[in-house]
Amino acid sequence: MSTKRKFKPFGYHLLVGGLALAMIYPILWMVASSLKPNDEIFSRAYSLIPSTLAFENYKTGWQGFAGTSFGTFFKNSFIIAVISTLGAVVSSALVAYGFGRTNFFGKNFWFACVMMTMMLPHDVTMIPQYVMFAKLEWLNSFKPVIVPQFFAVPFFVFLILQFIRSIPHELDEAAKMDGCNKYMIFFRVIVPLIVPALVTSTIFSFYWRWDDFFAPLLYLNKPELYPVSLALKNFLDAESLSNWGGMFAMSTLSLLPIVIVFFIFQKYIVEGISTSGLKG
Amino acid sequence: MKLKNWKESDNIVGYVFTSPFILGFLIFTLYPILSSLYYSFTDYNLFDKPNFIGFDNFEKIFTGDPKIMKSFQVTFTYVFGSVPMRLAFALIVAMLLNKAISGIGLYRSAYYLPSLIGGSVAVSIMWSQIFGDKGLLNGFLGLIGIETSTNWIGNPGTALWTLVALSAWQFGSSMLIFLAGLKNIPISYYEAASVDGANAFHRFFKITLPLLSPVILFNLIMQTISAFMTFTPAYIISRGEGGPLDNTLLYSLYLYRQAFQFYDMGYASAMAWVMLIIIGLITLLIFQSSKLWVHYESKGER
Repeated sequence: MSTKRKFKPFGYHLLVGGLALAMIYPILWMVASSLKPNDEIFSRAYSLIPSTLAFENYKTGWQGFAGTSFGTFFKNSFIIAVISTLGAVVSSALVAYGFGRTNFFGKNFWFACVMMTMMLPHDVTMIPQYVMFAKLEWLNSFKPVIVPQFFAVPFFVFLILQFIRSIPHELDEAAKMDGCNKYMIFFRVIVPLIVPALVTSTIFSFYWRWDDFFAPLLYLNKPELYPVSLALKNFLDAESLSNWGGMFAMSTLSLLPIVIVFFIFQKYIVEGISTSGLKG
Repeated sequence: MKLKNWKESDNIVGYVFTSPFILGFLIFTLYPILSSLYYSFTDYNLFDKPNFIGFDNFEKIFTGDPKIMKSFQVTFTYVFGSVPMRLAFALIVAMLLNKAISGIGLYRSAYYLPSLIGGSVAVSIMWSQIFGDKGLLNGFLGLIGIETSTNWIGNPGTALWTLVALSAWQFGSSMLIFLAGLKNIPISYYEAASVDGANAFHRFFKITLPLLSPVILFNLIMQTISAFMTFTPAYIISRGEGGPLDNTLLYSLYLYRQAFQFYDMGYASAMAWVMLIIIGLITLLIFQSSKLWVHYESKGER
């Protein structure tokens, strides 16, 4: 902040590093607990070091419940997260281009609808949506969880739109001179330039779909359809008194895809949050 | 001529590109909003046809349901407990991290990590064990000589505060937004202030806070809305019940229970509308008050 102030690096690292350690201690504790023998997890709860490495927690946990293993739950989560994300990002990019580069009749009205949808508490739409999906006989399928994502996600529309606005109009003009119409301009000029915004949206969409608990809770009632989030909750109900090791092991695994993606795409994520205020 | 129109007319191209949103809005937002408003005036159990009952649901919300009053109280305590804490931590840590020093990226990641995974079921499960009777917290208390077997999650006096702590722990995304805001404040301001003899206290209140106030407003609104909507941790930690003694019965959880455990869709819809109006009023209030405390640099220049 102030260039003149001399801060003491040692004291600084002690304070900021100590706080950072306290922040991630619970996560480390969860990972450590997943490797402890069951009787040890709560007898020396503060400790991070298992007396022996109990990898069998991962084995017993992976077996899941109701005859369905976590292999199925992970597969479901991946199917839901990947297809939803594809739909969300492609549709949001199209919509963002429409708002960013054309002046159609009623544009301001529709954009106000985008902003309103973004702020709207989803409790208001939840019940009629449920009724609608029930009438369509979509319950106990991935459709209610996936299909709405193909109709653009306001947050991503907003994020990509901000990005499109920063692209000079001269590029569009030049492409037009070369004979491109507005559709070709989107694919040949805009899409290559908004890749960073698309990557950011992809990552966030993947996170949110991966973590989503509420929609699966409403729409999926068969264990073989559960994503990991819902499976963990039901695993907790079924096993919590006997198999905490397995519970912590599966919890740890469930966070792994998110953490891996974070460390690969750190730069995009930090920029995405800083510029758009997306919540992580 | 017609073909050219299809390719170049903004009215056509614009609607072609924005049609996914417009269709989705009509199907998944507008129609549900209107239906929800209608359901809120009905008695509807999902299986029989909705039965119009006028304002009965709303009357019950404000006069005939002690649980909902409890749920309001729990939700307001949660929102007004967690949001200021979250923002305060976010700002303090952002200021600590606003330095060019080696290892800063690592720290930033460490502080952000809880926000990244915070919404997951895994973290809620972990939290319920940290604050359980044999959990991490009591383990630490034992280390410093305080032997206790308090179950913080199961104790009516402390259960809600474990949720507040969980929310406060996830200050990382607000922190990143503050950090971006801090980077936009020109160093020359601080240098000029130092020349004038301003101390750290003055610099914070006269430069940092005013210049950051638009970002604070943004964070405050977004965090308040999402705090009102909190569901997953309360659901997981209380095993879907909102206990002990309804002390973690956040409004969204109670609404969910009314709708999908008791199948009182009409009442739940009315609850959703009351929530929408409350959030709207609070957002409006924050916006109105912001005229007093948000400082826009460009003021007067336009």
